[in-house]
Amino acid sequence: MKDVLRIECSRRNLQQVRDFVRGFLSQRAVPELLINQVVLAVDEVVANFIIHANGEDERQFIDLELTVVGRALSIEIADSGDTIFQPRPHVAPDLPEYIRQGRKGGMGMALVNRLMDRVEFFTRNHHTVCHLSKELA
Amino acid sequence: MKVTAQPSADSLLLLLDGELDASSAVLLDTEFNKPDLLGYRKVLVDCAKLSYISSAGLGVFISHLQRLQDNNVKLVFFNMQEKVFNVFEILGLDSLMTIVPTQAEAAAA
Repeated sequence: MKDVLRIECSRRNLQQVRDFVRGFLSQRAVPELLINQVVLAVDEVVANFIIHANGEDERQFIDLELTVVGRALSIEIADSGDTIFQPRPHVAPDLPEYIRQGRKGGMGMALVNRLMDRVEFFTRNHHTVCHLSKELA
Repeated sequence: MKVTAQPSADSLLLLLDGELDASSAVLLDTEFNKPDLLGYRKVLVDCAKLSYISSAGLGVFISHLQRLQDNNVKLVFFNMQEKVFNVFEILGLDSLMTIVPTQAEAAAA
């Protein structure tokens, strides 16, 4: 089973992305807590693509493709911009230090890495692609 | 996302309704940036209708927590849905922030 969505690079479209992922998973008897975790991982990656990789340029777009084979969920998120986005290698955030510094960001990719079984970023035809996978136990 | 502020004598009750993400976090951040916030003894955050939170939403609380503590303002969350609490838990924020089940416990915290 597969479903696809294309959005313009605006953070206003994050709600549409979450509704799309929720709708896809809720048809497959996935527990609500697990649905929320997958929705969160996709939301974080798409927000990074929109804000950091594409500077909220609404002329650019992002393609999502969700696939389930058995209980194996595979998600591909690809942008149309020509800036290659590679998040920094995963480092566990030092939250007491973040609090002390009054820091707002730096937790999104840490969450994605904790929520999904596998997270990969690569380039294809000069565009950034993120592949997420998770076993829907 | 809707944020409703209900001030009382020594505390400010913030009711969050909807999904707190990279788009709506700006709205909550505006509320936390209001100077009169530091005049309260407590900020009580009612999460009963908060159905989703991303790192951008967590970032609002993290970025203001030290300033609130430095001004002796206690930040307390209550009525948190399991799926929202789970996000705090995954990052270990549940041990760094005050999260209690009910409004009565939040008032007493």
